[in-house]
Amino acid sequence: MSVIPFPAPPADSAEVLALRTEFRAFLAKQLEGRTPRQRSDNWYGYDRAFSRAMGQAGYLGMTWPKQYGGHERSAFERAVVVEECLAAGAPVGAHWIADRQSGPSILKFGTEEQRQSFLPRIAAGELSFGIGMSEPDSGSDLAATRTKAVRDGDVYRVTGTKVWTSFAHEADFAILFCRTSGTPADRHNGTSQLLLDLKHTPGLTIKPIIDHAGQHHFNEMHLEEAVVPASMLLGEEGQGWDQVMSELAFERSGPERFLSSIELLVQLIEVLKGRDSEAAQITLGRVTARLAVLRRLSRSVAAMLQEKQNAGLQAAIVKDVGALFEQGLPDIARELVDQEPDPRAAGAYASVLANIVHNAPSWSLRGGTREILRGIIARGLGTR
Amino acid sequence: MLAEMIQRLFERSLDDKAQTRAKDGEWLGDLWGEVAEMGLPLALLSEDQGGFGLSPAEQGEALRLMGLYAVPLPVVETMGANRLLAKAGLALAEGPAGLARADDLAVAGGKLTGTVARVAWGDSLDCLALAVGDTLYRVPRAGWTIAEPGTSANFHPRPTLRIDWAIDASAPLPHCPLAEGATLRAFQIAGALEAALDMTLDHTATRVQFGKPLQKNQVVQHELAKLAGELACATAAADLAAEALERADVLGVAAGTLRAREAAGAGASIAAQMHGAIGFTREHRLHLYTTALWTWRDEFGGQVGWAKLLGAAALEAGGAGYWPMVTEL
Repeated sequence: MSVIPFPAPPADSAEVLALRTEFRAFLAKQLEGRTPRQRSDNWYGYDRAFSRAMGQAGYLGMTWPKQYGGHERSAFERAVVVEECLAAGAPVGAHWIADRQSGPSILKFGTEEQRQSFLPRIAAGELSFGIGMSEPDSGSDLAATRTKAVRDGDVYRVTGTKVWTSFAHEADFAILFCRTSGTPADRHNGTSQLLLDLKHTPGLTIKPIIDHAGQHHFNEMHLEEAVVPASMLLGEEGQGWDQVMSELAFERSGPERFLSSIELLVQLIEVLKGRDSEAAQITLGRVTARLAVLRRLSRSVAAMLQEKQNAGLQAAIVKDVGALFEQGLPDIARELVDQEPDPRAAGAYASVLANIVHNAPSWSLRGGTREILRGIIARGLGTR
Repeated sequence: MLAEMIQRLFERSLDDKAQTRAKDGEWLGDLWGEVAEMGLPLALLSEDQGGFGLSPAEQGEALRLMGLYAVPLPVVETMGANRLLAKAGLALAEGPAGLARADDLAVAGGKLTGTVARVAWGDSLDCLALAVGDTLYRVPRAGWTIAEPGTSANFHPRPTLRIDWAIDASAPLPHCPLAEGATLRAFQIAGALEAALDMTLDHTATRVQFGKPLQKNQVVQHELAKLAGELACATAAADLAAEALERADVLGVAAGTLRAREAAGAGASIAAQMHGAIGFTREHRLHLYTTALWTWRDEFGGQVGWAKLLGAAALEAGGAGYWPMVTEL
């Protein structure tokens, strides 16, 4: 059978509906005065104060056990908070990775001590994480990782280079994917994950990588005999590959995979409002249909996560279709409105357009390239 | 289960010869007899209404199978007409039925007159569930003649009907027949895309070029992944439309039908390309699905009309109201 099933998401419960109303009010207050250009930064806006407010109000670590600072709420309730943040252009960067993937990985694979140490601080919005996967010679081919951690008594001595680490210059920790035995030729075997303290690790230097828009989100992390306590091993030594695949599944499953450019759509509607253009109606109708269906598919993934089902294949489909949608919006906007993009414009539309045009190429790269995702889907269809 | 019964019926009684006869204009009366005997015309009714009381998931599965087998009979139209007639408290159809909306018909002197364009198998129906304005009419076969023949892209009859009927069965309209029909077509599109993907997987696994199955080429694998994405979107779009229809939300139906229509075109293109020239022939079964997809995506309201409806609502909502509108769809 070729059908990759997407179970129908259940209708919103009273709790979910109440949460949406309550959370929209929270966001309206928190984001007052945030400009369209700032909102268009979407999930790469970084604001520790906002993340702490989220944590204090109980909107982080929502599905985790209470004993670790979580709130034992459903995957749907978390999905509401996540999609409302994205739709409103909230600066979620300081908690985004920790709440989405690092925390769940620690909950799944961490020691009791690690859980107690990290999870309550993440849920409080106080601990920010980066991702330590890609390397100069290991992008999509993650198994080619070279960063080497050598056990030396109570510590690992780590040497290697990680790249594209968003907010490494701001964040507190990263989960470092590395090799604890063998060579890159051993592929999946001999890899492990370490909890790397970005602020207090001797031998670690962090250098900015400036993107084509002149912005500093990415970094390069150099580790030269960097010293990481052995107690910071996440999960089992040698099981890094399965763990990092599990972490990627958390990374791929969310609504950020089609909402990255939503602010452009919002500003486009503001520009077109009242023009009574048939072309605008037709285009917006079709765009809205795509968005509504992507959102439904994403909610199906949440339903599968709630039932503890493996949604890796479904998440790959949502991310592949979703990236095409969010990357397509600038061209759709350009068919309806003549406006030169201007990154420094005072006007909302020109600056949002520029920001989205600049950032769009990254959306089919991060979290697994389009080509990798299509390979995963094809394998799921039984082609190899 | 109903789905298994439907599968058995069409595996047994709908072969490629029957498909060809249907394309040549024959009404497959025997097959309709089996469809009716199974009770499929009542499949969308509650048990109170004399139906099966199927869950939304079971309804969806049954409707997708009508697409998966490219059934050349107005089965879904009859199911939808009966759902509408039952809701309105009118008598159910006693045979195959049609669904239509025609707001320019004249209602005068107790008579309904005018033309209704392109009704599926309009010559072979027992009755028509026809909306004019806010009223639903149950027009019996004696109430119309064929004004003009018409043919769908998959070579099934779509005649235009000339209505001339002394009104004796009408009720306030429960929901729009175009919304009903568009929702049902979305399920058929999802079913046809499933069949197209299955065929494309099979073809690319068995067809060898340059010494290896087509499927071993990454570029082919990526097209298969895109087709699976369109199938996922069409299936979700149909479910979304059905839920919206249930709460009489025409914007949700618009969103569902629009995305399913888009998937129909995109999916048919990929399947055809991956089959190569054989997919362009009647020799290969793919044409049953590609031509059906090109038919169903333009029926029960056009893409432009549905898109304008939803787009106008988006513009009306404005920037601040847009996302709240999307979460209601």
